[in-house]
Amino acid sequence: MSALGAILGKDLRVELRTLRSLPAMALFATAIFISFRFALDRTSLEGDLAAGVLVTTILLAALLAVSRLFVSESEEGGFDLIRLAPVDRTALFAAKAAALWIYLAALELVAVPLFALFFLDSGAGLLPLVAVLVLVNVGLAATGALISTIATMSTARDLLAPLIMLPLLIPLVIAASGAVEPLLDAGGPGYHHFGRWLAVLGLYDLVFLAVGYAVFDFLLED
Amino acid sequence: MRPSLRTLAIAAVATIVTGYAMVFFSAPLDVEGFVQKIFYLHVPLAICALVGFIVAAIHAIRHLRTNDPVHDARAYVSIHLSVIFGVGVLLTGAIWAKAMWGKWWVWDEPTLVSFLIVFLLYCTYYPLRYAIEDRERQARYSSVFAITAGAFVPLNFLAVRLAEPLIHPRTFSSSGGLPGEMMFTFLVCLAGMALLWVALVRFELASKGAKADLGRLRRALEGEDRPPAPARATIAPAHVSMLRSDDEAARSPRPPGAV
Repeated sequence: MSALGAILGKDLRVELRTLRSLPAMALFATAIFISFRFALDRTSLEGDLAAGVLVTTILLAALLAVSRLFVSESEEGGFDLIRLAPVDRTALFAAKAAALWIYLAALELVAVPLFALFFLDSGAGLLPLVAVLVLVNVGLAATGALISTIATMSTARDLLAPLIMLPLLIPLVIAASGAVEPLLDAGGPGYHHFGRWLAVLGLYDLVFLAVGYAVFDFLLED
Repeated sequence: MRPSLRTLAIAAVATIVTGYAMVFFSAPLDVEGFVQKIFYLHVPLAICALVGFIVAAIHAIRHLRTNDPVHDARAYVSIHLSVIFGVGVLLTGAIWAKAMWGKWWVWDEPTLVSFLIVFLLYCTYYPLRYAIEDRERQARYSSVFAITAGAFVPLNFLAVRLAEPLIHPRTFSSSGGLPGEMMFTFLVCLAGMALLWVALVRFELASKGAKADLGRLRRALEGEDRPPAPARATIAPAHVSMLRSDDEAARSPRPPGAV
C-alpha cells in the first residue's frame, strides 16, 4: 500500500511539475469537439449523437495519456528499480491505473463542462453522468495501465497502444454510450436501461482489474 | 492415446466430406431456401474459431504458470488458426447477410458484429508479438495478451448483444432450434470442422518443431564444420548420433492435454 502511494505520489508530482499529459489531453479534447462540430455540421447535440461525441472524445484523449503513462519508467529506469525493490509489483499496476483514473477525472472536469457549453441546451443530465464517467474511467485506467506496459516494452510503442486499446474498449464504448444517451436526451434526462448499462460497465471494470492484477507480475519479469 | 497426425487428418477429411455430402444430399431445405445451407459452414467455423481463442487463453495461462515455451507455441498456433477461420466466418457471414437481407454487411446483427470486434482484437496479436524482440519476453507478453483477449470475448458478446435487437437466427433458440435431421447434419459438420482445426494446429506445431530442429542441426553443423579437414572424419558419426537423438526427442510423448 505504501509502495502504491509512493508511486502514485511520484506520478502526480511529476505531472504537476511538468504538465506533460493533462494540458495536451484537454487541448486534444477541445480540438475533437470542434472537429465534430464541423464534421457533423451540428451546433447542438442530443441523445445518441451527443453520447457518441462525448464518449469518443474521452476515449481518444485517454489514448494520449495511455501512450505516455510509462515513459518515465522506461526512459529513466523505473522498471528496474521496481524489480529491485522489495515491494509487490502489482503496486505499480495499481498506482498507474489510479494515476490514469485521476488524469481522466481531471480531463473530464474541463472537457464535460466545455462539451455542455458547446453543444447542450440543458445541463440537467450532467449530474447522473458523473456515475457513468467514474465507471468508464476505471475501465479505461485498468486496460490502459495493462496495455501501456505491454506497448512500452515493444519496439512499436506509440503504434501498439491505440491499436490494441481501441478494439479492447469497444464493449466499454457500447455500455457508456448506452448509459449516456438517455441522459442527454433533448426532453431532459431519462434513465432507460441506465442500471443495466452501469452493470455492464461495472462488470467490464471488474474483469479487467482482475486480469491486470493477475498478469501484471509477468510483465515485469526479466 | 493420442492419434497420429495422419489418422487425425484422414478423420478430419472423412468427417467433413460426410458432413457436407449430408448438407447437400440429405438435409431438408429450410424455409430460407438453399442459401440456408451456408449455415453448416458459417456456424461451425465461428464456433471453432471462438473455442480456439479460449483454448489459446488456457495455453497462455499454462505458459505463464510453467514458463514452458511449448504452451506459448500452442497458444500462438491456436490464435493463428482461429484468425484464419475468422476470415472464413466473416466472408460466409457477409454472403449470408447479402442473401438474407440484401446487404453485404448488417450492423444490427449482433453475433457477426461481435465476431468482427473479436477478430479485430486478435489481429493485433501479430504486430504485438513481432514488436518484441527478446524471445522470452515476447512469449510472456503474447500470453498476457491471449489471456486479456480471452477474458474480452464473452464480455464483448454480452455488450453487443445488449445493444442490438435480436435478428440473427438463433441456432439453438427458444423457437425450437433445428429439426432433428438438420441438427444431426450440423453436428457432423461441427465435428468435422473441429477435427480440421485440431489437425491443422498439430500440423503447424509439427512444422514449427521440425523447423526449430532443422535450425538447431544447421547451427550445430556450421559450428562444427569450422575445424580443419582431419577433424571431419571424427565429426561425421557425431552428426549421425545427434540427428538420431533429435529425431527421437521429436517423437517423444508430449505432455497430456496437448492440442
